Amino acid sequence: MRLVAEGLSARRGEDLIFRDVSFDIGVGETLVVKGPNGSGKSTLLRVVAGLLPRESGKIMLAGGEGQGFDTVAGACHYLGHRNAMKRELTVEENLRFWKDFLGDSDGGAGVAIDEAADAVGLGSILHLPFGYLSAGQQRRMAMAKLLVAWRPVWILDEPTAALDAAAEAMFAGLVKGHLSRGGLALAATHQPLGLGAVNELHMKGFAVDSAEAWA
Amino acid sequence: MSEQSLAIRKFSDLANPTRFLALSGAVWPWMAAATALFFAVGLYLCFATVGDYQQGETVRIMYVHVPAAWLSMMCYSVMALSALGTLVWRHPLADVSAKTAAPIGACFTFIALVTGSLWGKPMWGTWWVWDARLTSVFVLFLMYLGLIALNRAVDDPARAAKVGAILILVGFVNIPIIKFSVDWWNTLHQPASVIRLDGPAIDPEFLRPLLVMAIAFTLLFFTLHIVAMRNEILRRRVSTLRRLAARSAGRGTSGPVPAGVGEGHP
Amino acid sequence: MTALLFRDLKLAVRAGGGAMIGVLFFMTVVAVIPFGVGPDLNLLARIGPAILWIGALLAALLGLDRLFQAEREDGSLDLLLMQETPLVLTVLVKCLAHWLATGLPLVLASPLLSLFMNMDAAAIGATMLTLLVGTPAITFIGAAGAAIAVALPRGGLLVSILVLPLAIPVLIFGVSAVYAAVQEPAPFLPPFLFLTALTLVFAVIGPVAAAAALRASTD
Repeated sequence: MRLVAEGLSARRGEDLIFRDVSFDIGVGETLVVKGPNGSGKSTLLRVVAGLLPRESGKIMLAGGEGQGFDTVAGACHYLGHRNAMKRELTVEENLRFWKDFLGDSDGGAGVAIDEAADAVGLGSILHLPFGYLSAGQQRRMAMAKLLVAWRPVWILDEPTAALDAAAEAMFAGLVKGHLSRGGLALAATHQPLGLGAVNELHMKGFAVDSAEAWA
Repeated sequence: MSEQSLAIRKFSDLANPTRFLALSGAVWPWMAAATALFFAVGLYLCFATVGDYQQGETVRIMYVHVPAAWLSMMCYSVMALSALGTLVWRHPLADVSAKTAAPIGACFTFIALVTGSLWGKPMWGTWWVWDARLTSVFVLFLMYLGLIALNRAVDDPARAAKVGAILILVGFVNIPIIKFSVDWWNTLHQPASVIRLDGPAIDPEFLRPLLVMAIAFTLLFFTLHIVAMRNEILRRRVSTLRRLAARSAGRGTSGPVPAGVGEGHP
Repeated sequence: MTALLFRDLKLAVRAGGGAMIGVLFFMTVVAVIPFGVGPDLNLLARIGPAILWIGALLAALLGLDRLFQAEREDGSLDLLLMQETPLVLTVLVKCLAHWLATGLPLVLASPLLSLFMNMDAAAIGATMLTLLVGTPAITFIGAAGAAIAVALPRGGLLVSILVLPLAIPVLIFGVSAVYAAVQEPAPFLPPFLFLTALTLVFAVIGPVAAAAALRASTD
């Protein structure tokens, strides 16, 4: 299957954030979105995840299993700036909730909770409340969340922001594993992800022409 | 056992809780035994004495009600003292004491309220009267519940201790004001139509079981309080250990803590 | 979906959860009333059902603002929005969990508070029954308000302002059903059935509106 975007553009408030963005990601491929602050990387990812409306263009899943999804968002994992975990619950309760709530979509299966925690190197602290963890550990547990339920598309917004070098390498391993199981990934980042050769999409700081209409 | 050695080292700079645990561990079984003894004697006396000619058998409720009501106030005083200890002397055990006394105090207040209304139903024909004294106890009960809710709402014990102590002291200063205003409010609306609990002087026949029960309840309070404090200290140690475990996890073998843990396994 | 129900219940019961606060607020509000109107037991018995209903209404609104705000703050809301399960269903389950954690304790506490109000057995039973049927309506319609205010700072007060007028019908039929049960000529069933109907209608309107508002609130 492929994740295809054609001629996307999006607004925030009055401002056009980006215009005419197209890409095509196939199985086993990663598209890394690059660009300066404010160039619309996060907005693009949220538009693809269906969390923001798009001004024009279309996003679709093409080929093979891609037909099985009602919405593009249903095929996606979204790892945003916030971890989507509850401080009051233990790590295991958090992961179990997301495993049960998200469920597996077609074409794959999520791993068990302790396996997922082992994969991010934190198998020994499943029983602790999430709030006890440090920022980096919390981020790693949020990544374990991607593993417990299967989604073919990973949308990653600055995934390695709070991580040290070792954890970055660990995360690159997770993404590679995902790609090899028939997944694909769309990531916005400043740092190199350590994935080897990847496709890159450069977002330019957009020269606002909607502003001219008001000038 | 390896975890224990870690805990003791971690807390060695807070010698007080450790010494408290050792001391209270030796004392509390004796206090529990004394409590049981006094309760046995007290309950026997409660049922051995004759009933009041006016109130009949219901007078026996008083033997539970009066000590409970008394303790509901004493417990708040203990909490106020502990709050002072937290704010003024920063004693590490003071906030443990204040925190654990609140649920016990709430229980005694609840017992006082329930037994009071059980007594009131046959005596006054209604479960509840907005009598000045009852109302004050009810307000006290609400204050206890508020304190418990506050302790639960703040997850960092040190922070919860300070704000809790401030609230306890504000409440303590307020209690006479509340009592006075409730008296005022009550006489304003209800000129002495309610039968008061404090009738004529109490007959020694009733006084003896009452005293024994009061001692038994007081002992019960202190036993429960000590055991609750022990639990709270242990709970905080567990939480410290869990935080340590979280900090050391996923660092590989080079972290500083695994060395300490390894001591138990030579 | 049961996973969501159990998670929300756990969160409500854990430290800092709202389950106990609501009941405590209810008790305090009801306990304060006699200081205003005086300790006349006959008067209290007469106004008791109304006081309990107003107290329950305010207490039910108390924790509502956190219903979606907490999810939004930690990013869970994004994930809830992305799923293929209908968002309306997700909202409905969250409402149910919220009612179980905060509404049901109010219903259970009401007989105890009725004693303070010197109400008789029939009035206590009727109050409990109407609260049982009526408080879900407050939660459902409140969810819509909570979703609308989700992105606003200090949304808490706003939720109360938005929802209280919408909850007036619930209050009217709840209280009139209780009075119908204790005062002879008026029949109990018509207002009670109106109350039930309101709850069912709000069970549809509330989640649908809340889902729409949540979709619109993302940024």
